[in-house]
Amino acid sequence: MNTSENPVLSVKNLTVRYGDGCSECSTSLEKNRCRKCGTVWASNDVSIDVYPGEVLGIVGESGSGKSTLMQSLYFDIEPTSGNAYLNGYKNGCESIWNASPAEKRDIKNKIMGMVYQNPVRGLRMDYSAASNIAEKIIATGSRNAGEMTSRAKELLEAVEILTSRMSEAPKNFSGGMQQRVQISKALANNPSILLLDEVTTGLDLSVQAKVLDLIRKIKTLYGISILLVSHDLAVIRMLADRTVVMLDGKIIESGLTDQILEDPQHEYTQQLVYSLL
Amino acid sequence: MINILDIKNSRISAGAADKHDGDVQNKNILEIRNLTKNFYLHNVGREIKSCSNVKFSLEKGQFIGIVGLSGAGKSTILKCINRTYLATSGEIIYDSEAFGRVDLTKASERQILYMRKYEIGYVSQFLNVMPRTTAKEHVMNALLDIGCSSAEASKKAAEMLNYFRLSESLWDIYPNTFSGGERLRLNLAHTMVKKPRLMLLDEPTASLDNKTKVLVKDMLIKLKNQDTSMIGIFHDLEFMDGLCDKVYNISEGKIV
Repeated sequence: MNTSENPVLSVKNLTVRYGDGCSECSTSLEKNRCRKCGTVWASNDVSIDVYPGEVLGIVGESGSGKSTLMQSLYFDIEPTSGNAYLNGYKNGCESIWNASPAEKRDIKNKIMGMVYQNPVRGLRMDYSAASNIAEKIIATGSRNAGEMTSRAKELLEAVEILTSRMSEAPKNFSGGMQQRVQISKALANNPSILLLDEVTTGLDLSVQAKVLDLIRKIKTLYGISILLVSHDLAVIRMLADRTVVMLDGKIIESGLTDQILEDPQHEYTQQLVYSLL
Repeated sequence: MINILDIKNSRISAGAADKHDGDVQNKNILEIRNLTKNFYLHNVGREIKSCSNVKFSLEKGQFIGIVGLSGAGKSTILKCINRTYLATSGEIIYDSEAFGRVDLTKASERQILYMRKYEIGYVSQFLNVMPRTTAKEHVMNALLDIGCSSAEASKKAAEMLNYFRLSESLWDIYPNTFSGGERLRLNLAHTMVKKPRLMLLDEPTASLDNKTKVLVKDMLIKLKNQDTSMIGIFHDLEFMDGLCDKVYNISEGKIV
């Protein structure tokens, strides 16, 4: 770890607003909705840095703005304002949110990997597992079928999917297997940052353990930076080096993960930690 | 080679007091100055005082023992040093190999993570292992995290597990089934395998039998002889005999 390194990803003042806003929005918010004009502030002035090789955890209840942050980063949502700088895009000097559509595709294909909570969003369920991975490799410009097949095998082995099943479509797989195929697809382009949005939610405990183990291995073996969104503090405890707590679209607390869990400062974080089973 | 450029903000400036006490400070790896920790609990709207105005110094290669009743504030001190707890006030000056003299209460999170990885080890009574991780993998992970090769990590992990007499038949088992003593020996192996400069031991002998205690004591003496500085919380006064250079008794959050 080199503490002088620049962040791989730096988000500055991300705001995502649904509605036009009004002059009283800053003082009339009820949770994240303006009482006066009804504007919803899904993300309100959010700033984070993710450093090389670290896992940054984002926790918070439903509607706190966690997924809005992830989807903004993966261009699924257009931010109202703010900037995001990626090391791999124009040396981190220009915001990816000002990139052209072609550049945004390039960023998704070559620099970032995304794993959605629902594998349906990240996978083509009727294509084979290998084709899903190949699709990502083709997007980077490769056309060598042999290379694609061997890379698909390597990645599926890494996520413990039998290569004998690589020709099967993910729709035939269990939820945990689908999630692991999605992770292997996200890794296909050797991303410098992986966005994981509630990847263990809805999985049974033994499958969850496999996915957690896989994420830890990815971190150790590939040194990829990971932005990990979860509402499960046990997942955060296991994987995250640092943790950010979100509530009503805002960051309310951040710190070392063990400090957040053992010495939470904010009232909401204390409630969250005391609710941990 | 570690390249650390951005350290100015967290280094302690060489102020007048520092210069005056230069020789003393050079000997100290850690100086705790007026450390106070209170917990504000929002649900009851009240502040709980845990430790108050604690001050002591740890010389390089020295072992300080902390004793006191449960709830006296012993673990709070160690957790403030480890930055698991945020100090309410005071300073914890650590002489880091990478960053020079740094106040652990104010160091950046990245610096703390670095120091935890390479310089400061914390051993608690509780084992925190990733799911589906075997005992040997747990020890190896500590080394893989700092960039050791898999072969080197495997060799060193085996040496350390052997040292703590954790039977080889347990190495490929998930530690959930381990006894208290086995868990603790694994914990010690996980932390000690990295040979930290500063070890924080939070009741490491709480659930050990006498034979294992002797083993742990031998290991701690060996580490001490290799210039590892240590602070340990113990209930067992006999264990501390011949090990600790100084013993502080904490009562109601204060050194008495």
